[in-house]
Amino acid sequence: MAAGVAAWLPFARAAAIGWMPVANCPMPLAPADKNKRQDELIVLNVSGRRFQTWRTTLERYPDTLLGSTEKEFFFNEDTKEYFFDRDPEVFRCVLNFYRTGKLHYPRYECISAYDDELAFYGILPEIIGDCCYEEYKDRKRENAERLMDDNDSENNQESMPSLSFRQTMWRAFENPHTSTLALVFYYVTGFFIAVSVITNVVETVPCGTVPGSKELPCGERYSVAFFCLDTACVMIFTVEYLLRLFAAPSRYRFIRSVMSIIDVVAIMPYYIGLVMTNNEDVSGAFVTLRVFRVFRIFKFSRHSQGLRILGYTLKSCASELGFLLFSLTMAIIIFATVMFYAEKGSSASKFTSIPASFWYTIVTMTTLGYGDMVPKTIAGKIFGSICSLSGVLVIALPVPVIVSNFSRIYHQNQRADKRRAQKKARLARIRVAKTGSSNAYLHSKRNGLLNEALELTGTPEEEHMGKTTSLIESQHHHLLHCLEKTTNHEFIDEQMFEQNCMESSMQNYPSTRSPSLSSHAGLTTTCCSRRSKKTTHLPNSNLPATRLRSMQELSTIHIQGSEQPSLTTSRSSLNLKADDGLRPNCKTSQITTAIISIPTPPALTPEGESRPTPASPGPNTNIPSIASNVVKVSAL
Amino acid sequence: MGIQGMELCAMAVVVLLFIAVLKQFGILEPISMEDSSDSELELSTVRHQPEGLDELQAQTKFTKKELQSLYRGFKNECPTGLVDEDTFKLIYSQFFPQGDATTYAHFLFNAFDTDGNGAIHFEDFVVGLSILLRGTVHEKLKWAFNLYDINKDGYITKEEMLAIMKSIYDMMGRHTYPILREDAPAEHVERFFQKMDRNKDGVVTIEEFLETCQKDENIMSSMQLFENVI
Repeated sequence: MAAGVAAWLPFARAAAIGWMPVANCPMPLAPADKNKRQDELIVLNVSGRRFQTWRTTLERYPDTLLGSTEKEFFFNEDTKEYFFDRDPEVFRCVLNFYRTGKLHYPRYECISAYDDELAFYGILPEIIGDCCYEEYKDRKRENAERLMDDNDSENNQESMPSLSFRQTMWRAFENPHTSTLALVFYYVTGFFIAVSVITNVVETVPCGTVPGSKELPCGERYSVAFFCLDTACVMIFTVEYLLRLFAAPSRYRFIRSVMSIIDVVAIMPYYIGLVMTNNEDVSGAFVTLRVFRVFRIFKFSRHSQGLRILGYTLKSCASELGFLLFSLTMAIIIFATVMFYAEKGSSASKFTSIPASFWYTIVTMTTLGYGDMVPKTIAGKIFGSICSLSGVLVIALPVPVIVSNFSRIYHQNQRADKRRAQKKARLARIRVAKTGSSNAYLHSKRNGLLNEALELTGTPEEEHMGKTTSLIESQHHHLLHCLEKTTNHEFIDEQMFEQNCMESSMQNYPSTRSPSLSSHAGLTTTCCSRRSKKTTHLPNSNLPATRLRSMQELSTIHIQGSEQPSLTTSRSSLNLKADDGLRPNCKTSQITTAIISIPTPPALTPEGESRPTPASPGPNTNIPSIASNVVKVSAL
Repeated sequence: MGIQGMELCAMAVVVLLFIAVLKQFGILEPISMEDSSDSELELSTVRHQPEGLDELQAQTKFTKKELQSLYRGFKNECPTGLVDEDTFKLIYSQFFPQGDATTYAHFLFNAFDTDGNGAIHFEDFVVGLSILLRGTVHEKLKWAFNLYDINKDGYITKEEMLAIMKSIYDMMGRHTYPILREDAPAEHVERFFQKMDRNKDGVVTIEEFLETCQKDENIMSSMQLFENVI
C-alpha cells in the first residue's frame, strides 16, 4: 500500500461503521495496537547532519531499514539518536521518499553510489518516480555498458586456455588485434582487395596504341598479366572465405550474413568466367558479370568501422529515404505529365511521351539542366520554370531537415521503445502490488486461522507466522475481514474461483438423476448461495467428493488443492446439518479436534446427513456410498 | 484546342502565384480568422484553510494532539486542503484492490460532505471522524442511517438500500467464495427490511432503525469496534 494511503487507513476503518447495521454476523476483533504511543519526533544523525521526522512517517514503509526495527541497531544510547555513517546528500532523497511517497534521483549523483545507498536503506530502485525514472535507467545502462566494455577488453587480453583451434581462428578473424598472425592476415587481405580493385579500374584505361589498330585498353594489351593478378586475388579471397566458413561458430548464420554474400559475389565472376570461356555465345553475359567484381570494394567494410556505421545508419533511415524518394516520384510524374501535354502541340518536340518527359523533369528538378530537352511553347516554359523552382524546394530544402530528422527520430524511437517497456513494467508493478496486497490478505488469513487452530489444540509449537505483519497490515486485513462478514462472502484467489465455477457448472448435470445425487446438487447449490463463512466450508468439503464423482482425472489435483481451505474447515462447526445451510449460521464455533481428520476429504462427505465426525469410521462408511455415486455418474 | 487550354491553365497558375505573393507582402488583406481566444486562464487550484485548532476542538471530541496528527496526515495527502470526489474514490479504492469501491466511496463522500459543496474540507473530515470514533452509539447509528438515506429525506427505501448493498458487494469483486450471485444484494436487502421495517410500510424510518439496532447485540457490539482507531 502506498504511504499516503496508509494515512487514510484510520478513516477507512472508521467508515466501516457504515457496514455494521447491514451485517448479520458479529465482526471480528480489531487488532490491538500494543505499543500505542503518541507520535514522537525522532532524530536521525547522518554523518553529523541531523534530520528529524515523525516516527509514523518512517513507519509507512515497514520493509525498509528505517521503517522496521532494523534501525534499532543504529540507536545511540548516549545521544538518544539514530546514527548512520552514510552520505547525507543521498539520505535527503531517501527521507523525502518517506515523506512524499516518491523517490527521486538527483542528477548530480553518481549512479553506483546512489544504488549502494538505496540497497543499504532497503529501498528498491523500481519505486523511483516517473519524473526521474528515465534518467536513472539511462545512467544505469550507460554504466553497465561501460563495465561491460571494460570486461570485454579485459577478456580479450586474457589468454583463454581452453579455446579450440576453431574458436581461436574465429576470434582472430573477428578481431585482428588478438595475435600477430591475425594482424598479418588482416593486412594481407586488405592489400589484395586494394590490388584487385585497382586492377579492375586500370584494366579499362586505354594503354597506348599498337600500330595498326585502334587504341586498346590495358586489359587487352597485357591480358596475361592482368589475368595472373586476378587469379592471385581470387585465390586469396577464396582461401579466406573457406577459412572463415570453417571457423564460424554457426555456419548457417555465417552463410546468411551480408559479408559472406559479398564475398561470394566478389569471387563468383572469376569462376564463372573460367567455366564459360569455352562457350562463345555467352561471352556478352560474361562481360556483364565482371561488373560484379566491383563488389570487392565492399570487403573493405570489414576493415573500416566507419563504413559499417554508415551502412547501419542508411539501413535504419531507410523509411525516411523511401519517403523522400516517393515524394520525388510524385512530383516527377506530375510535372512530366504537365510538360508533355504542354509541349504536345509544338513541332519537333522532344517530349514524345510522358516517360520521355521524366528525364527532363529529373534533370530540371535537380537543377542539372543538361539542355538536351527544352520546352518551346509558352505554357511549357511557364510550367518548366515552376518545375525548376519547385525542384529546388523539393530536393534541396528537405535534405538538412531529413538529416536532423534522422537523428531525432532515431533517438525518439529508442525512447519510445524504452517508454513502452517502462509502461509495461509499470503496469506489471501495479498489478503485482495489487495482487500482492490481496494475496497478502488471503495468506495472512490462512496463517491466522492455522495459528489459532494450533494454539487451541494445545500443541506447543512456536507461533510461526513468518514475519510479523505490521500493525497497518493487520488493521487493513481486519478491515477486509469485516467486509467479508458483512456480505457473508469470502475473498478467494482466482484459481479457487475458477475451480468453483467449474464445479458449479458441472453440478447442474446430475441434478435430475437420483435422489442422492440431487441432494448433493442441492447441497452444492446452497454452497453457492450466501452462507456464513463457517458453514460454507462444509460444502467445500463436499467438493472433493463431487470432483471424484464427476471428473475422475482431476480428483487428485483438487484434493491437494483443497487441503489449504480444508484446514480452515477445522474451525467450522462440523455438526451442522446440510439443510441448516440455508440459514446463515453465525454461531461462533470452537475449534474442535477435528483438524486431524481433514486431509481425507471423503471423510467429510455428507450424504444428506452431514455429521462428519473426526473419528475414522467416517471414511469407511462413506466410501461405499461414494463408490455408488461414482457408478451412477459413469452411467451418465 | 488543347494548346489554348494549357495556356489558359498556365495563365491561371501565374495569376494565383501573383496573388500569393501579394498576400505575403500584406497588400491584400484577406479575411483572416482572428484567433483571439485567450488561453483559458488557469485558475490556481482553490485552497482551503481550516478553522482554528480551538474551534475544531470545540466541535469535535478529539484532543489537540489528535487533531494535529490528523491534520498532518490530511494535509500531506491533499496539500490544497480539499478532497474532491475523484481523489476520494481513488484513495478509498486502494484499500479494496479486488473489487470496485467507487460506488460505495461515492455514498461515503456524500455522507461526509455535509454542506454538499462537492469537496470535503478538513472540518467535514474531522467532524465525521469524531462521530464515528468518539460518538455515542446513538450518534453512530444516526450517521449510518444518514449514509443509507441517499436522498436525505429521512426514509430508507428499498431502492436506496439496494444501491448501498450493491455498492458494498461490488467491493468484494468477482473472486469470492461462495460465488456471488446476482440476487445476493437483493436478498440481503429483503432480510434487512424484514428485520428493520416494523410497520411493513416499505420504508425504514430513523426511529425504526434506531429501535431495531439497539435491540440487536451484534450490531451494538460491532459499533464499539473501532474505538481505538486513532
